[in-house]
Amino acid sequence: MKSRRFFMDKVLISLACLSVVIAIVPLASILYYVTVRGLPAINLDFFTKLPPIPVPGAVGGLGNAIQGTLILVGLAACIGLPFGVLSGVYISEYGRNFYGRTVRFLGDVLIGNPSIVVGILGFTLLVQPLHGDNLAAGVFALSVIMIPIVSITTAEALNLVPNSIREASAALGIRKWRTSLLVVSNAKSGVATGALLATARVMGESAPLILTIGISTQWYSGPTAPLASLTYYIYYFGTSGLQNWVDLAWGAAFLLIVMIIGINLAVRLLTRGRRAYA
Amino acid sequence: MGAGRSRADTIFKALVLVFASSIVALTLIFFYELTTGSSHTLGEGFAFITSSTWGGSIGNFYGVLPAIYGSVVTSAIALLIGVPVSLGVAVFLSELSPGRLRAPVSFIVELLAAVPSVVYGLWGIFIMVPFLTHNIYPFFQAHLGFLPIFQGYSTGQLPMASILDGGVVLAIMIIPIVSSISRDALQAVPDSQREAAYALGATRSEAIRISVLSYARSGILASIFLGLGRAFGETIAVAMVVGDTPRLTSSLFSPGYTLASLIVTQFTEATGAAYISALVEAGLVLLIVVFFTNIVARYLIGRLTKSREAASYL
Repeated sequence: MKSRRFFMDKVLISLACLSVVIAIVPLASILYYVTVRGLPAINLDFFTKLPPIPVPGAVGGLGNAIQGTLILVGLAACIGLPFGVLSGVYISEYGRNFYGRTVRFLGDVLIGNPSIVVGILGFTLLVQPLHGDNLAAGVFALSVIMIPIVSITTAEALNLVPNSIREASAALGIRKWRTSLLVVSNAKSGVATGALLATARVMGESAPLILTIGISTQWYSGPTAPLASLTYYIYYFGTSGLQNWVDLAWGAAFLLIVMIIGINLAVRLLTRGRRAYA
Repeated sequence: MGAGRSRADTIFKALVLVFASSIVALTLIFFYELTTGSSHTLGEGFAFITSSTWGGSIGNFYGVLPAIYGSVVTSAIALLIGVPVSLGVAVFLSELSPGRLRAPVSFIVELLAAVPSVVYGLWGIFIMVPFLTHNIYPFFQAHLGFLPIFQGYSTGQLPMASILDGGVVLAIMIIPIVSSISRDALQAVPDSQREAAYALGATRSEAIRISVLSYARSGILASIFLGLGRAFGETIAVAMVVGDTPRLTSSLFSPGYTLASLIVTQFTEATGAAYISALVEAGLVLLIVVFFTNIVARYLIGRLTKSREAASYL
Protein backbone atom coordinates (compact mmCIF):
# COMPACT_ATOMS: atom_id res chain seq x y z
CA MET A 1 0.00 0.00 0.00
CA LYS A 2 2.69 2.41 1.05
CA SER A 3 5.01 1.43 -1.78
CA ARG A 4 2.24 2.05 -4.30
CA ARG A 5 1.79 5.58 -2.97
CA PHE A 6 5.50 6.28 -3.27
CA PHE A 7 5.56 4.76 -6.74
CA MET A 8 2.68 7.03 -7.81
CA ASP A 9 4.56 9.96 -6.31
CA LYS A 10 7.60 9.20 -8.48
CA VAL A 11 5.41 8.81 -11.57
CA LEU A 12 3.57 12.11 -11.07
CA ILE A 13 6.73 14.06 -10.26
CA SER A 14 8.39 12.61 -13.37
CA LEU A 15 5.38 13.62 -15.46
CA ALA A 16 5.73 17.24 -14.30
CA CYS A 17 9.41 17.22 -15.26
CA LEU A 18 8.57 15.55 -18.57
CA SER A 19 6.10 18.29 -19.44
CA VAL A 20 8.89 20.85 -19.15
CA VAL A 21 10.82 18.84 -21.73
CA ILE A 22 7.70 18.61 -23.93
CA ALA A 23 7.30 22.39 -23.75
CA ILE A 24 10.92 23.07 -24.63
CA VAL A 25 11.21 20.63 -27.57
CA PRO A 26 9.08 22.72 -30.01
CA LEU A 27 11.01 25.89 -29.17
CA ALA A 28 14.33 24.10 -29.69
CA SER A 29 13.07 22.64 -32.96
CA ILE A 30 11.84 26.04 -34.20
CA LEU A 31 15.11 27.76 -33.33
CA TYR A 32 17.14 24.93 -34.89
CA TYR A 33 15.27 24.79 -38.21
CA VAL A 34 14.88 28.56 -38.54
CA THR A 35 18.65 28.85 -38.12
CA VAL A 36 19.63 25.91 -40.33
CA ARG A 37 17.27 26.85 -43.16
CA GLY A 38 17.22 30.60 -42.70
CA LEU A 39 20.85 31.48 -42.15
CA PRO A 40 22.02 30.37 -45.65
CA ALA A 41 19.52 32.82 -47.19
CA ILE A 42 21.05 35.76 -45.35
CA ASN A 43 23.57 37.65 -47.48
CA LEU A 44 24.05 41.19 -48.77
CA ASP A 45 21.38 40.71 -51.47
CA PHE A 46 18.87 39.72 -48.81
CA PHE A 47 19.08 43.21 -47.31
CA THR A 48 19.45 45.27 -50.48
CA LYS A 49 17.47 43.59 -53.29
CA LEU A 50 13.78 43.39 -54.13
CA PRO A 51 11.97 40.00 -54.08
CA PRO A 52 12.70 37.70 -57.04
CA ILE A 53 10.13 36.90 -59.72
CA PRO A 54 8.35 33.49 -59.39
CA VAL A 55 10.78 31.66 -61.67
CA PRO A 56 12.97 28.82 -60.40
CA GLY A 57 16.49 30.07 -59.80
CA ALA A 58 15.62 33.78 -59.86
CA VAL A 59 17.55 35.61 -57.16
CA GLY A 60 16.70 38.58 -55.03
CA GLY A 61 16.22 39.68 -51.47
CA LEU A 62 13.69 41.10 -49.07
CA GLY A 63 15.14 44.58 -48.70
CA ASN A 64 11.74 46.20 -49.14
CA ALA A 65 10.17 43.94 -46.50
CA ILE A 66 12.89 44.82 -43.98
CA GLN A 67 12.41 48.51 -44.77
CA GLY A 68 8.63 48.10 -44.50
CA THR A 69 8.73 46.32 -41.15
CA LEU A 70 11.04 48.97 -39.67
CA ILE A 71 8.90 51.88 -40.91
CA LEU A 72 5.70 50.20 -39.80
CA VAL A 73 6.87 49.20 -36.34
CA GLY A 74 8.61 52.57 -35.81
CA LEU A 75 5.47 54.54 -36.65
CA ALA A 76 3.21 52.22 -34.62
CA ALA A 77 5.50 52.70 -31.61
CA CYS A 78 5.29 56.51 -32.06
CA ILE A 79 1.53 56.28 -31.56
CA GLY A 80 1.14 53.23 -29.34
CA LEU A 81 3.80 54.07 -26.73
CA PRO A 82 2.59 57.58 -25.71
CA PHE A 83 -1.02 56.40 -25.60
CA GLY A 84 -0.06 53.33 -23.60
CA VAL A 85 2.27 55.06 -21.12
CA LEU A 86 -0.14 57.92 -20.39
CA SER A 87 -3.05 55.49 -19.97
CA GLY A 88 -0.87 53.51 -17.59
CA VAL A 89 -0.17 56.70 -15.59
CA TYR A 90 -3.90 57.30 -15.35
CA ILE A 91 -4.65 53.73 -14.24
CA SER A 92 -1.95 53.74 -11.58
CA GLU A 93 -1.93 57.35 -10.32
CA TYR A 94 -5.49 58.58 -10.90
CA GLY A 95 -7.46 55.38 -11.38
CA ARG A 96 -8.52 54.51 -7.84
CA ASN A 97 -12.17 54.83 -8.79
CA PHE A 98 -14.76 52.98 -10.84
CA TYR A 99 -13.65 54.44 -14.17
CA GLY A 100 -10.01 53.63 -13.47
CA ARG A 101 -10.85 50.04 -12.60
CA THR A 102 -12.96 49.79 -15.77
CA VAL A 103 -10.09 51.04 -17.93
CA ARG A 104 -7.75 48.57 -16.26
CA PHE A 105 -10.20 45.69 -16.74
CA LEU A 106 -10.88 46.52 -20.40
CA GLY A 107 -7.13 46.87 -21.00
CA ASP A 108 -6.60 43.38 -19.60
CA VAL A 109 -9.40 42.03 -21.78
CA LEU A 110 -8.18 43.81 -24.93
CA ILE A 111 -4.69 42.29 -24.53
CA GLY A 112 -6.28 38.94 -25.35
CA ASN A 113 -8.28 40.33 -28.28
CA PRO A 114 -7.48 38.39 -31.48
CA SER A 115 -5.18 40.42 -33.73
CA ILE A 116 -7.25 39.47 -36.78
CA VAL A 117 -10.15 41.44 -35.28
CA VAL A 118 -7.87 44.46 -34.99
CA GLY A 119 -7.08 43.95 -38.66
CA ILE A 120 -10.78 44.04 -39.52
CA LEU A 121 -11.12 47.30 -37.58
CA GLY A 122 -8.24 48.80 -39.57
CA PHE A 123 -9.92 47.59 -42.74
CA THR A 124 -13.33 49.14 -42.05
CA LEU A 125 -11.88 52.39 -40.67
CA LEU A 126 -8.98 53.08 -43.03
CA VAL A 127 -8.83 50.65 -45.96
CA GLN A 128 -12.41 50.90 -47.19
CA PRO A 129 -12.57 54.73 -47.07
CA LEU A 130 -9.19 55.03 -48.84
CA HIS A 131 -10.09 52.34 -51.40
CA GLY A 132 -7.11 50.10 -50.93
CA ASP A 133 -4.48 48.67 -48.59
CA ASN A 134 -2.28 51.34 -47.11
CA LEU A 135 0.47 51.98 -44.59
CA ALA A 136 -1.72 54.21 -42.38
CA ALA A 137 -4.18 51.36 -41.76
CA GLY A 138 -1.30 49.02 -40.83
CA VAL A 139 0.20 51.58 -38.43
CA PHE A 140 -3.24 52.08 -36.89
CA ALA A 141 -3.78 48.33 -36.40
CA LEU A 142 -0.38 47.76 -34.78
CA SER A 143 -0.73 50.74 -32.46
CA VAL A 144 -4.18 49.49 -31.39
CA ILE A 145 -2.48 46.21 -30.43
CA MET A 146 0.24 48.06 -28.51
CA ILE A 147 -1.95 50.44 -26.47
CA PRO A 148 -3.49 47.95 -24.00
CA ILE A 149 -0.22 46.02 -23.58
CA VAL A 150 1.80 49.15 -22.80
CA SER A 151 -0.97 50.57 -20.56
CA ILE A 152 -1.07 47.50 -18.37
CA THR A 153 2.70 46.98 -18.17
CA THR A 154 3.18 50.68 -17.36
CA ALA A 155 0.47 50.62 -14.68
CA GLU A 156 2.04 47.53 -13.10
CA ALA A 157 5.51 49.09 -13.15
CA LEU A 158 4.18 52.27 -11.50
CA ASN A 159 2.32 50.24 -8.89
CA LEU A 160 5.66 48.84 -7.75
CA VAL A 161 6.95 52.31 -6.85
CA PRO A 162 6.63 52.61 -3.07
CA ASN A 163 3.98 55.01 -1.81
CA SER A 164 6.56 56.70 0.40
CA ILE A 165 7.92 58.42 -2.73
CA ARG A 166 4.49 59.86 -3.56
CA GLU A 167 3.98 60.88 0.05
CA ALA A 168 7.43 62.47 0.34
CA SER A 169 6.81 64.40 -2.85
CA ALA A 170 3.39 65.58 -1.69
CA ALA A 171 4.85 66.57 1.69
CA LEU A 172 7.36 68.82 -0.09
CA GLY A 173 4.43 70.62 -1.70
CA ILE A 174 5.20 69.26 -5.17
CA ARG A 175 2.11 69.16 -7.31
CA LYS A 176 0.43 65.93 -8.18
CA TRP A 177 1.38 66.01 -11.87
CA ARG A 178 5.07 66.54 -11.10
CA THR A 179 4.80 63.74 -8.56
CA SER A 180 3.31 61.46 -11.23
CA LEU A 181 6.26 62.17 -13.53
CA LEU A 182 8.59 61.47 -10.64
CA VAL A 183 6.88 58.10 -10.15
CA VAL A 184 7.31 57.33 -13.87
CA SER A 185 11.00 58.18 -13.73
CA ASN A 186 11.37 55.90 -10.71
CA ALA A 187 9.81 53.07 -12.67
CA LYS A 188 11.51 53.78 -15.97
CA SER A 189 13.11 50.38 -16.39
CA GLY A 190 9.75 48.68 -15.89
CA VAL A 191 8.06 51.08 -18.32
CA ALA A 192 10.84 50.56 -20.88
CA THR A 193 10.51 46.78 -20.50
CA GLY A 194 6.81 46.93 -21.35
CA ALA A 195 7.47 49.26 -24.27
CA LEU A 196 10.18 47.02 -25.72
CA LEU A 197 8.20 43.80 -25.32
CA ALA A 198 5.13 45.39 -26.93
CA THR A 199 7.30 46.55 -29.83
CA ALA A 200 8.70 43.05 -30.24
CA ARG A 201 5.20 41.64 -30.13
CA VAL A 202 3.83 43.83 -32.96
CA MET A 203 6.97 43.25 -35.02
CA GLY A 204 5.83 39.62 -35.33
CA GLU A 205 2.20 40.38 -36.16
CA SER A 206 1.02 39.17 -39.53
CA ALA A 207 -2.77 38.65 -39.63
CA PRO A 208 -3.71 42.33 -39.12
CA LEU A 209 -1.20 43.40 -41.78
CA ILE A 210 -2.76 41.14 -44.39
CA LEU A 211 -6.05 42.99 -43.95
CA THR A 212 -4.63 46.49 -43.70
CA ILE A 213 -1.24 47.26 -45.22
CA GLY A 214 -1.26 44.52 -47.84
CA ILE A 215 1.88 43.60 -49.69
CA SER A 216 4.12 45.33 -52.19
CA THR A 217 6.96 44.17 -54.40
CA GLN A 218 8.44 47.67 -54.36
CA TRP A 219 10.15 49.97 -51.86
CA TYR A 220 8.26 52.43 -49.65
CA SER A 221 6.15 54.76 -51.77
CA GLY A 222 4.05 56.88 -49.44
CA PRO A 223 1.68 56.60 -46.48
CA THR A 224 -1.39 55.72 -48.55
CA ALA A 225 0.26 52.94 -50.57
CA PRO A 226 0.64 49.28 -49.60
CA LEU A 227 3.99 48.34 -48.10
CA ALA A 228 5.97 45.10 -47.84
CA SER A 229 6.62 43.52 -44.44
CA LEU A 230 8.71 40.56 -43.27
CA THR A 231 5.77 38.73 -41.71
CA TYR A 232 3.52 38.99 -44.78
CA TYR A 233 6.39 37.77 -46.97
CA ILE A 234 6.98 34.78 -44.68
CA TYR A 235 3.31 33.84 -45.10
CA TYR A 236 3.19 34.60 -48.83
CA PHE A 237 6.50 32.99 -49.80
CA GLY A 238 6.25 30.18 -47.24
CA THR A 239 2.98 28.91 -48.72
CA SER A 240 4.03 29.47 -52.36
CA GLY A 241 5.68 26.10 -53.02
CA LEU A 242 8.51 27.74 -55.01
CA GLN A 243 11.93 26.77 -53.71
CA ASN A 244 13.62 30.17 -54.09
CA TRP A 245 10.66 31.88 -52.41
CA VAL A 246 10.49 29.36 -49.57
CA ASP A 247 14.22 29.84 -48.95
CA LEU A 248 13.68 33.58 -48.59
CA ALA A 249 10.75 32.94 -46.21
CA TRP A 250 13.09 30.97 -43.93
CA GLY A 251 15.64 33.79 -44.18
CA ALA A 252 12.99 36.31 -43.16
CA ALA A 253 11.89 34.07 -40.29
CA PHE A 254 15.49 33.88 -39.10
CA LEU A 255 15.92 37.65 -39.20
CA LEU A 256 12.62 38.21 -37.40
CA ILE A 257 13.42 35.67 -34.68
CA VAL A 258 16.87 37.19 -34.16
CA MET A 259 15.36 40.66 -33.73
CA ILE A 260 12.52 39.55 -31.46
CA ILE A 261 14.54 37.21 -29.27
CA GLY A 262 17.27 39.85 -29.24
CA ILE A 263 14.80 42.35 -27.75
CA ASN A 264 13.59 39.76 -25.22
CA LEU A 265 17.15 38.93 -24.15
CA ALA A 266 18.06 42.61 -23.93
CA VAL A 267 15.05 43.26 -21.70
CA ARG A 268 16.03 40.33 -19.53
CA LEU A 269 19.58 41.59 -19.14
CA LEU A 270 18.36 45.14 -18.42
CA THR A 271 16.03 43.99 -15.67
CA ARG A 272 18.15 41.20 -14.24
CA GLY A 273 16.99 40.39 -10.77
CA ARG A 274 13.81 42.39 -11.23
CA ARG A 275 10.43 41.17 -12.34
CA ALA A 276 9.85 41.81 -16.06
CA TYR A 277 6.22 42.23 -17.01
CA ALA A 278 5.00 40.74 -20.23
CA MET B 1 -3.22 77.99 -4.06
CA GLY B 2 -4.07 74.46 -3.03
CA ALA B 3 -2.11 71.70 -4.76
CA GLY B 4 -5.30 69.88 -5.65
CA ARG B 5 -6.75 72.83 -7.54
CA SER B 6 -3.72 73.99 -9.52
CA ARG B 7 -4.24 74.52 -13.21
CA ALA B 8 -1.34 72.36 -14.33
CA ASP B 9 -2.72 69.53 -12.23
CA THR B 10 -6.13 69.80 -13.85
CA ILE B 11 -4.63 69.82 -17.32
CA PHE B 12 -2.38 66.83 -16.63
CA LYS B 13 -5.21 64.84 -15.12
CA ALA B 14 -7.43 65.64 -18.10
CA LEU B 15 -4.61 64.63 -20.45
CA VAL B 16 -4.03 61.18 -18.96
CA LEU B 17 -7.78 60.71 -18.64
CA VAL B 18 -8.25 61.35 -22.36
CA PHE B 19 -5.47 58.91 -23.28
CA ALA B 20 -6.82 56.27 -20.89
CA SER B 21 -10.26 56.71 -22.40
CA SER B 22 -8.81 55.50 -25.70
CA ILE B 23 -9.03 52.00 -24.21
CA VAL B 24 -12.73 52.38 -23.45
CA ALA B 25 -13.31 54.01 -26.84
CA LEU B 26 -11.48 51.20 -28.64
CA THR B 27 -13.62 48.59 -26.93
CA LEU B 28 -16.79 50.34 -28.08
CA ILE B 29 -15.43 50.98 -31.58
CA PHE B 30 -14.62 47.28 -32.01
CA PHE B 31 -18.22 46.27 -31.43
CA TYR B 32 -19.66 49.24 -33.34
CA GLU B 33 -17.48 48.89 -36.44
CA LEU B 34 -17.82 45.11 -36.69
CA THR B 35 -21.59 45.37 -36.34
CA THR B 36 -22.03 48.12 -38.93
CA GLY B 37 -19.42 46.46 -41.17
CA SER B 38 -21.51 43.28 -41.31
CA SER B 39 -24.85 45.00 -41.93
CA HIS B 40 -25.34 43.22 -45.27
CA THR B 41 -25.40 39.78 -43.67
CA LEU B 42 -26.58 40.46 -40.12
CA GLY B 43 -30.17 40.15 -41.39
CA GLU B 44 -29.63 36.41 -41.81
CA GLY B 45 -29.71 36.19 -38.05
CA PHE B 46 -28.69 32.93 -36.46
CA ALA B 47 -28.70 31.12 -39.82
CA PHE B 48 -25.22 32.64 -40.17
CA ILE B 49 -23.85 30.38 -37.46
CA THR B 50 -26.02 27.32 -38.12
CA SER B 51 -25.65 27.00 -41.89
CA SER B 52 -22.84 25.43 -43.92
CA THR B 53 -23.56 27.29 -47.16
CA TRP B 54 -20.77 29.70 -47.99
CA GLY B 55 -21.71 32.00 -50.86
CA GLY B 56 -18.18 33.12 -51.68
CA SER B 57 -17.93 35.82 -54.34
CA ILE B 58 -21.12 34.88 -56.18
CA GLY B 59 -23.56 33.93 -53.45
CA ASN B 60 -25.86 36.01 -51.37
CA PHE B 61 -26.11 33.67 -48.41
CA TYR B 62 -23.37 32.93 -45.92
CA GLY B 63 -23.09 30.39 -43.10
CA VAL B 64 -19.99 29.74 -41.02
CA LEU B 65 -20.88 26.49 -39.28
CA PRO B 66 -17.83 24.59 -40.63
CA ALA B 67 -15.57 27.42 -39.45
CA ILE B 68 -17.14 27.47 -35.99
CA TYR B 69 -16.79 23.69 -35.88
CA GLY B 70 -13.11 24.01 -36.86
CA SER B 71 -12.48 26.70 -34.25
CA VAL B 72 -14.15 24.69 -31.50
CA VAL B 73 -12.41 21.41 -32.38
CA THR B 74 -8.92 22.92 -32.83
CA SER B 75 -9.31 24.84 -29.55
CA ALA B 76 -10.49 21.70 -27.77
CA ILE B 77 -7.47 19.74 -29.05
CA ALA B 78 -5.23 22.62 -28.00
CA LEU B 79 -6.63 22.58 -24.46
CA LEU B 80 -6.58 18.78 -24.26
CA ILE B 81 -2.86 18.67 -25.07
CA GLY B 82 -1.73 22.10 -23.92
CA VAL B 83 -3.34 22.34 -20.49
CA PRO B 84 -1.83 19.17 -18.92
CA VAL B 85 1.62 20.10 -20.24
CA SER B 86 1.23 23.68 -18.99
CA LEU B 87 0.10 22.50 -15.57
CA GLY B 88 3.09 20.19 -15.44
CA VAL B 89 5.35 23.13 -16.23
CA ALA B 90 3.61 25.29 -13.62
CA VAL B 91 3.95 22.58 -10.96
CA PHE B 92 7.61 22.14 -11.86
CA LEU B 93 8.32 25.88 -11.65
CA SER B 94 6.37 26.48 -8.47
CA GLU B 95 6.87 23.28 -6.48
CA LEU B 96 9.73 21.16 -7.77
CA SER B 97 12.39 23.23 -9.50
CA PRO B 98 15.71 23.88 -7.79
CA GLY B 99 16.10 27.64 -7.30
CA ARG B 100 18.70 28.22 -9.97
CA LEU B 101 16.70 26.44 -12.70
CA ARG B 102 13.52 28.41 -12.06
CA ALA B 103 14.37 31.66 -13.84
CA PRO B 104 15.94 30.09 -16.97
CA VAL B 105 13.16 27.53 -17.41
CA SER B 106 10.41 30.10 -17.09
CA PHE B 107 12.27 32.42 -19.49
CA ILE B 108 12.58 29.62 -22.07
CA VAL B 109 8.91 28.68 -21.77
CA GLU B 110 7.91 32.34 -22.09
CA LEU B 111 10.06 32.63 -25.23
CA LEU B 112 7.48 30.35 -26.86
CA ALA B 113 5.15 33.35 -26.62
CA ALA B 114 7.71 35.58 -28.33
CA VAL B 115 7.92 33.42 -31.47
CA PRO B 116 5.75 35.12 -34.11
CA SER B 117 2.62 33.32 -35.21
CA VAL B 118 3.76 33.23 -38.83
CA VAL B 119 7.01 31.50 -37.83
CA TYR B 120 4.96 28.81 -36.07
CA GLY B 121 3.07 28.47 -39.34
CA LEU B 122 6.23 28.13 -41.45
CA TRP B 123 7.72 25.61 -39.02
CA GLY B 124 4.36 23.85 -38.94
CA ILE B 125 4.15 23.39 -42.69
CA PHE B 126 7.69 22.18 -43.24
CA ILE B 127 8.68 20.46 -39.99
CA MET B 128 5.81 19.66 -37.64
CA VAL B 129 3.13 18.46 -40.08
CA PRO B 130 5.42 16.09 -42.04
CA PHE B 131 6.78 14.71 -38.76
CA LEU B 132 3.32 14.10 -37.27
CA THR B 133 1.87 12.73 -40.51
CA HIS B 134 4.68 10.23 -41.02
CA ASN B 135 5.55 9.25 -37.48
CA ILE B 136 2.70 9.90 -35.07
CA TYR B 137 -0.64 9.78 -36.90
CA PRO B 138 -0.14 6.27 -38.40
CA PHE B 139 0.16 5.01 -34.83
CA PHE B 140 -3.25 6.48 -33.95
CA GLN B 141 -4.71 5.05 -37.16
CA ALA B 142 -3.40 1.61 -36.37
CA HIS B 143 -4.38 1.43 -32.71
CA LEU B 144 -7.32 3.80 -32.33
CA GLY B 145 -8.70 3.58 -35.86
CA PHE B 146 -12.01 2.26 -34.55
CA LEU B 147 -12.77 5.79 -33.27
CA PRO B 148 -14.51 8.00 -35.84
CA ILE B 149 -12.09 10.84 -35.10
CA PHE B 150 -9.19 8.76 -36.46
CA GLN B 151 -10.96 7.38 -39.54
CA GLY B 152 -11.45 8.43 -43.13
CA TYR B 153 -8.02 7.91 -44.66
CA SER B 154 -6.02 4.82 -45.56
CA THR B 155 -2.52 4.38 -44.19
CA GLY B 156 0.02 6.51 -46.00
CA GLN B 157 -2.68 8.63 -47.61
CA LEU B 158 -3.10 11.24 -44.88
CA PRO B 159 -3.45 14.83 -46.09
CA MET B 160 -0.57 17.16 -45.19
CA ALA B 161 -2.87 19.63 -43.43
CA SER B 162 -5.64 18.89 -40.98
CA ILE B 163 -7.77 20.00 -38.07
CA LEU B 164 -5.49 17.93 -35.84
CA ASP B 165 -2.39 19.77 -37.11
CA GLY B 166 -4.10 23.07 -36.32
CA GLY B 167 -4.91 21.84 -32.82
CA VAL B 168 -1.34 20.69 -32.15
CA VAL B 169 0.14 24.04 -33.24
CA LEU B 170 -2.34 25.82 -30.97
CA ALA B 171 -1.47 23.51 -28.09
CA ILE B 172 2.16 24.62 -28.34
CA MET B 173 1.17 28.28 -28.65
CA ILE B 174 -1.00 28.37 -25.51
CA ILE B 175 1.62 26.74 -23.25
CA PRO B 176 3.31 30.04 -22.23
CA ILE B 177 0.14 31.88 -21.16
CA VAL B 178 -1.49 28.91 -19.41
CA SER B 179 1.68 27.88 -17.61
CA SER B 180 2.67 31.38 -16.47
CA ILE B 181 -0.78 32.32 -15.12
CA SER B 182 -1.25 28.98 -13.36
CA ARG B 183 2.29 29.16 -11.98
CA ASP B 184 1.40 32.53 -10.43
CA ALA B 185 -1.71 30.93 -8.95
CA LEU B 186 0.31 28.04 -7.47
CA GLN B 187 2.92 30.40 -6.03
CA ALA B 188 0.16 32.34 -4.30
CA VAL B 189 -0.83 29.27 -2.28
CA PRO B 190 0.29 29.82 1.32
CA ASP B 191 2.96 27.42 2.61
CA SER B 192 0.71 26.54 5.54
CA GLN B 193 -1.43 24.59 3.03
CA ARG B 194 1.54 22.47 1.96
CA GLU B 195 2.72 22.02 5.52
CA ALA B 196 -0.72 20.84 6.60
CA ALA B 197 -0.72 18.18 3.89
CA TYR B 198 2.79 17.00 4.79
CA ALA B 199 1.82 16.90 8.47
CA LEU B 200 -0.94 14.48 7.54
CA GLY B 201 1.66 12.22 5.91
CA ALA B 202 1.07 13.14 2.28
CA THR B 203 3.72 12.44 -0.31
CA ARG B 204 4.95 15.35 -2.44
CA SER B 205 2.53 14.67 -5.30
CA GLU B 206 -0.36 14.14 -2.88
CA ALA B 207 0.42 17.45 -1.17
CA ILE B 208 0.51 19.20 -4.57
CA ARG B 209 -2.80 17.64 -5.58
CA ILE B 210 -4.68 18.01 -2.32
CA SER B 211 -3.48 21.32 -1.00
CA VAL B 212 -1.86 23.26 -3.87
CA LEU B 213 -3.80 22.46 -7.06
CA SER B 214 -7.19 22.48 -5.42
CA TYR B 215 -6.45 25.70 -3.53
CA ALA B 216 -5.36 27.39 -6.78
CA ARG B 217 -8.17 26.02 -8.92
CA SER B 218 -9.80 29.34 -9.78
CA GLY B 219 -6.44 30.73 -10.96
CA ILE B 220 -5.88 27.57 -13.00
CA LEU B 221 -9.35 27.89 -14.48
CA ALA B 222 -8.56 31.51 -15.39
CA SER B 223 -5.38 30.40 -17.18
CA ILE B 224 -7.39 27.81 -19.13
CA PHE B 225 -9.91 30.45 -20.20
CA LEU B 226 -7.07 32.74 -21.31
CA GLY B 227 -5.57 29.83 -23.27
CA LEU B 228 -8.96 29.14 -24.84
CA GLY B 229 -9.25 32.79 -25.91
CA ARG B 230 -5.78 32.65 -27.49
CA ALA B 231 -6.51 29.39 -29.27
CA PHE B 232 -9.86 30.58 -30.59
CA GLY B 233 -8.49 33.83 -31.96
CA GLU B 234 -5.12 32.62 -33.23
CA THR B 235 -5.00 33.16 -36.95
CA ILE B 236 -2.06 32.83 -39.23
CA ALA B 237 -0.32 29.79 -37.74
CA VAL B 238 -3.56 27.82 -37.91
CA ALA B 239 -4.39 29.13 -41.38
CA MET B 240 -1.06 27.74 -42.63
CA VAL B 241 -1.51 24.18 -41.32
CA VAL B 242 -5.26 23.57 -41.10
CA GLY B 243 -5.88 22.99 -44.81
CA ASP B 244 -8.25 25.85 -45.68
CA THR B 245 -11.18 23.61 -46.61
CA PRO B 246 -14.79 24.04 -45.49
CA ARG B 247 -15.69 20.59 -44.25
CA LEU B 248 -17.76 19.11 -41.46
CA THR B 249 -16.41 15.63 -40.79
CA SER B 250 -15.72 13.71 -37.66
CA SER B 251 -12.21 12.78 -38.83
CA LEU B 252 -9.51 14.92 -37.24
CA PHE B 253 -7.22 13.98 -40.13
CA SER B 254 -9.40 15.99 -42.52
CA PRO B 255 -8.43 19.46 -43.64
CA GLY B 256 -10.75 22.16 -42.35
CA TYR B 257 -10.73 25.79 -41.40
CA THR B 258 -11.44 28.02 -38.42
CA LEU B 259 -13.23 31.37 -38.11
CA ALA B 260 -9.93 33.23 -37.97
CA SER B 261 -8.30 31.31 -40.81
CA LEU B 262 -11.41 31.76 -42.97
CA ILE B 263 -11.19 35.53 -42.50
CA VAL B 264 -7.49 35.86 -43.23
CA THR B 265 -7.40 33.57 -46.26
CA GLN B 266 -10.48 35.00 -47.98
CA PHE B 267 -10.29 38.68 -47.09
CA THR B 268 -7.70 39.55 -49.72
CA GLU B 269 -9.80 38.11 -52.53
CA ALA B 270 -13.22 39.13 -51.22
CA THR B 271 -15.19 41.26 -53.65
CA GLY B 272 -18.69 42.58 -53.24
CA ALA B 273 -20.38 44.09 -50.22
CA ALA B 274 -22.11 40.88 -49.08
CA TYR B 275 -18.90 38.80 -49.19
CA ILE B 276 -16.92 41.35 -47.17
CA SER B 277 -19.84 41.77 -44.79
CA ALA B 278 -19.91 38.00 -44.17
CA LEU B 279 -16.19 37.98 -43.33
CA VAL B 280 -16.60 40.96 -41.00
CA GLU B 281 -19.49 39.14 -39.32
CA ALA B 282 -17.25 36.09 -38.85
CA GLY B 283 -14.89 38.54 -37.10
CA LEU B 284 -17.77 39.76 -34.95
CA VAL B 285 -18.53 36.20 -33.82
CA LEU B 286 -14.84 35.76 -33.00
CA LEU B 287 -14.73 39.06 -31.11
CA ILE B 288 -17.78 38.22 -29.01
CA VAL B 289 -16.57 34.72 -28.09
CA VAL B 290 -13.02 35.79 -27.20
CA PHE B 291 -14.11 38.99 -25.45
CA PHE B 292 -16.41 37.14 -23.07
CA THR B 293 -13.94 34.29 -22.57
CA ASN B 294 -11.37 36.87 -21.49
CA ILE B 295 -13.87 38.63 -19.24
CA VAL B 296 -14.47 35.34 -17.40
CA ALA B 297 -10.72 34.82 -17.09
CA ARG B 298 -10.08 38.34 -15.81
CA TYR B 299 -12.97 38.08 -13.38
CA LEU B 300 -11.46 34.88 -11.94
CA ILE B 301 -8.01 36.48 -11.70
CA GLY B 302 -9.47 39.61 -10.12
CA ARG B 303 -11.24 37.55 -7.48
CA LEU B 304 -7.96 35.76 -6.80
CA THR B 305 -5.92 38.95 -6.24
CA LYS B 306 -8.72 40.44 -4.15
CA SER B 307 -8.81 37.45 -1.82
CA ARG B 308 -5.01 37.56 -1.61
CA GLU B 309 -5.11 41.24 -0.67
CA ALA B 310 -7.80 40.49 1.88
CA ALA B 311 -5.66 37.68 3.31
CA SER B 312 -2.68 40.00 3.67
CA TYR B 313 -4.66 42.29 5.96
CA LEU B 314 -5.40 39.47 8.37
